[in-house]
Amino acid sequence: MSFFNFSLKNHLLRHLQVMLFSLGQLWRQPISSLMTIIVIGIALALPAGLYILLHNVDKVSGQWDDATQISLFIEKNTSSDRAYALNKELQKWPEIKETIYQSSSQSLEEFRQSSGLGALLDSLPSNPLPAVIIIHPAENNLREDAIGSLLARLESLPEVGLAQLDMEWLQRLRSLNKTAQRGITILGLLLSLSVLLIIGNTIRLAILNRESEIRVIKLVGGTDAFIRRPFLYTGFWYGLLGGMTAWMTILISMGLLNGPINELSKLYGSQFTLNWLAGSLFLTLPTIGLCLGILGAGLAVSRHLKAIEPQ
Amino acid sequence: MINFSEVYKRYPNNYEALSGLSFHLQEGEMAFLTGHSGAGKSTLLKLIALIERASHGQVIVNNQNLTRLPKRKIPYYRRQIGIVFQDHNLLQDRTVFDNVALPLIIAGEKHREIGRRVRAALDKVGLLGKERNLPIALSGGEQQRVGIARAVVNRPPILLADEPTGNLDPELSREIMQLFEQFKQVGTTVFIATHDMDLIQTLPYRQITLDSGRLAERGL
Repeated sequence: MSFFNFSLKNHLLRHLQVMLFSLGQLWRQPISSLMTIIVIGIALALPAGLYILLHNVDKVSGQWDDATQISLFIEKNTSSDRAYALNKELQKWPEIKETIYQSSSQSLEEFRQSSGLGALLDSLPSNPLPAVIIIHPAENNLREDAIGSLLARLESLPEVGLAQLDMEWLQRLRSLNKTAQRGITILGLLLSLSVLLIIGNTIRLAILNRESEIRVIKLVGGTDAFIRRPFLYTGFWYGLLGGMTAWMTILISMGLLNGPINELSKLYGSQFTLNWLAGSLFLTLPTIGLCLGILGAGLAVSRHLKAIEPQ
Repeated sequence: MINFSEVYKRYPNNYEALSGLSFHLQEGEMAFLTGHSGAGKSTLLKLIALIERASHGQVIVNNQNLTRLPKRKIPYYRRQIGIVFQDHNLLQDRTVFDNVALPLIIAGEKHREIGRRVRAALDKVGLLGKERNLPIALSGGEQQRVGIARAVVNRPPILLADEPTGNLDPELSREIMQLFEQFKQVGTTVFIATHDMDLIQTLPYRQITLDSGRLAERGL
């Protein structure tokens, strides 16, 4: 047992040494290492930044869920008692959360106040505005198809002249958002692939640079695993540092965007603040980076190491 | 310790480097491998180091049949053989200490053990004071001795050398040979390919001479 502990400790110690050795090698060529790391950082920051943007659009449009409403314009020849009764009836529908009844005279009053065309309205012989029932659908009924069928049912009522969904643009925005999310996923995959290729190529060059060293190590009995290890750790460092660079890039960009966005949101009287997702990205980006790094290095090593044999 | 029986080595271009070569080296024996360039000396050493495999026949080294040794076991096999090269094959960006330590690091030795053994090996070749130097700062003879220290640091039972004195003047060559004799005296099997006939005629060891891939004669 103590032997096992010792050999495990020895093993971990050796890994740690190779890990630090690889980092030292990056440090010895600071310019080229830095350039590779920045390229990886940008490639990872781009899809992550777009993802943050979409996440925030989602959040904003989520705030407007309550705002989805249907306006029912009552037929002109319907008596106000009948319209009022319809309002009561609609309140019992399970698909509907609440309704607001606005008689034609209330509509007129509202229009008079908001439009400033009071004098013109007074000159009309009768009130041209219909009574309106404003309907807020129940929360579990906000999906597109559910809203559609509710709209159709309301429109078929004999007392209803016109049923109008006020928030069609919101749904369009959401479906646009979904399309954009798909696009970002594709972009993210493509850029991940390019990170894989960048790291693979960097490791390939590192292998070629140390070709004679690899030959000597093989001659004195180095196993493939021993030779592979420093290159895998090089990939690990590129990926990890690239991921952290991506995170910092996003943080700085968001910092620059934050002021203008707060101003904009204040102008719209909104409580909206930019959500940076800083915490979850702090874990995600470096993790994705180092996975891509090890994978890219592994691919390069398995392709190029076999070709180098002692002569 | 090293046993060749009816060994052929044919290259893809149909060139036959070794043709039915048989010989045997005892454990603890020291012998020279001689012959003109192109006679097959390098090929023979490559077969022992498993850099190449025989086309035909059997090579048995330290009780292992090399014709059947799987590829993944080659690294462990090579740890039983110390190899000294004509051009040293040192890592130019590592210190003398790191170069000599390489076989021990590969074998996963403990840190303290590595320091002790590297210093012992450097002491043996007379370079104890130069462990912090880079190889470039050493003379040709000193670089060759670093190569020897690296070959013997993990105490292999077999020591191979390919023209170890090829680039050295007679005085230094003699010193290097004396070093090899010291390893023979502690029981290492030493096999040296060389064409430095003047030097080896003065030494009482067997000569295995190759001529066009065959055994030419056995001296002494």
